[in-house]
Amino acid sequence: MIGTRIRERRVLGGIRQSDLARQAGISPSYLNLIEHNKRRIGGKTLLKLAEVLNVEPALLSEGAEATLIAGLREAAGEQDDIGAEVSRIEEFAGRFPGWAKLLADLYRRTESLESTIETLTDRLAHDPYLADSLHEVISAVTAIRATSSILVETEALEPEWQNRFHRNINEDSSRLTEGAQSLVRYLEGAPNTDAEIKSPQDEMHAFLAERGFHVPELERDMAGPRDIARLIEGEGAELSSPAQSLARDALLRYLADARSLPLEPLLGWIKSVGLHPDRLAQASGVDLATLFRRLAALPEDAVGPVGLVICDASGSLVFRKPFEGFAMPRIAGACTLWPLFQVLAQPQSPLRMRLKQVGRGTDTVEALAVSAPVTAPSFARPALMQAHMLLLPDRPEAADAPMREVGVNCRICSLADCPARREPSIISDGF
Amino acid sequence: MGKKVLLIEDEPNIIEAVSFILSRDGWEVKTHSNGHDAMEVVRLRAPDLIILDAMLPGKSGFDILTEIRSDAAVGETPVLMLTARGQSKDREMAERAGVSQYMTKPFSNADVLAAVRALVTP
Repeated sequence: MIGTRIRERRVLGGIRQSDLARQAGISPSYLNLIEHNKRRIGGKTLLKLAEVLNVEPALLSEGAEATLIAGLREAAGEQDDIGAEVSRIEEFAGRFPGWAKLLADLYRRTESLESTIETLTDRLAHDPYLADSLHEVISAVTAIRATSSILVETEALEPEWQNRFHRNINEDSSRLTEGAQSLVRYLEGAPNTDAEIKSPQDEMHAFLAERGFHVPELERDMAGPRDIARLIEGEGAELSSPAQSLARDALLRYLADARSLPLEPLLGWIKSVGLHPDRLAQASGVDLATLFRRLAALPEDAVGPVGLVICDASGSLVFRKPFEGFAMPRIAGACTLWPLFQVLAQPQSPLRMRLKQVGRGTDTVEALAVSAPVTAPSFARPALMQAHMLLLPDRPEAADAPMREVGVNCRICSLADCPARREPSIISDGF
Repeated sequence: MGKKVLLIEDEPNIIEAVSFILSRDGWEVKTHSNGHDAMEVVRLRAPDLIILDAMLPGKSGFDILTEIRSDAAVGETPVLMLTARGQSKDREMAERAGVSQYMTKPFSNADVLAAVRALVTP
């Protein structure tokens, strides 16, 4: 608040209220009202007060940066049991900018460290290579311990058993050596924990994003799994083992899609019927989910921007091709109002809507969503479902589609009285 | 003839060592090394005790234990589970599945022998 900042600057400068009022050409009682934020000021009075206080007028009018306020709001939301005075955040940031910045920076640092711990824990718990290597080492140690105990503790052990157990120990000690060396190599090659640590999903998405989500090597007639292996190996030094596995799965799906709907005919159909998923699906004979994935895999200079989000039945986002003007959370917690989640409950019934994300300007996007099984059902296990949501720039053709206001996730959404809210917003009292 | 122990484990040298110490103690030891058809072998052998590795090719020891406990013919058989994972959640999982005793690798031969003797009533 401007008044609070004027008062803070005056006190810092050791200036009496009456002196400041006099030098600025206003009455002390008027300045008193200004300093208690009971009068709005601007223009000449603000310029004069700034001049007398020897500060840039912007410092008084703009106050702490918006990012600082946002950081403080997030910190307050994370620890809401402490009862921080959220309604006085701006006052706090204005009066104590240094402390406010320190608090916001510490919160960001804590968040970053928590994310690092989560990623490392996940990697240790689920890294198949690490689990296999440790299992191999423990198995070898177990065999050596059991066998050597027999040799030491068994009296009058027959020579043939002695020879056999010596041979076994020799074999197991070689296995142990290889296992230990392999573990050391793996751990030495692990990413530097000081560097940015990404989850395997992030690595996989970065791998695809570097190619613009378009992989020419898999668009050729003769493309096959060997091309995928080459692509992954080419990135071997960059991608972690779990990320390689995810990238391989994503590229195998890409390859299958490209075989179902090759690039040249698809571009031909787009040229003749336009970017109309219904008509394209009809012309090409592929299902909508496959068509969505193919459209998202086209070079952007051929069709313009196309975004895509895919989620599984738990609502976790398993694929994200970003789309400008429509923010997506990394894995979970996306706004339940997205048609992506609505179609999960109505398989094979596509939805088309225009979406506007709250707090992100006036841009709208066209969203087309459909869900379909990705595995065949059996009596042992139901079919696994995935929902796809294609994002296109809002076009005149979509004008008849219903408009819906949605968020990114509840925590940073200011949509009032939202029936889908899972948790209070940290910006519920407005930006 | 001693009481029958079925050892389900996929590491050949662990099989050999455990079989040796149990045989020398008078137990009749049969072995099996994969999870696929372990349940068939359990029914066929009807052992007095099963020593079961937690990580087996084909099917996990936890799944096999669950099947044993739900089988009317062999459901009461004592099961000593051996595992390379000592995490409490694995121990809890084994206990929920009905393990009689849980032992982490590497184990001492004396401990295995003591557990087997305690689990099978003469």
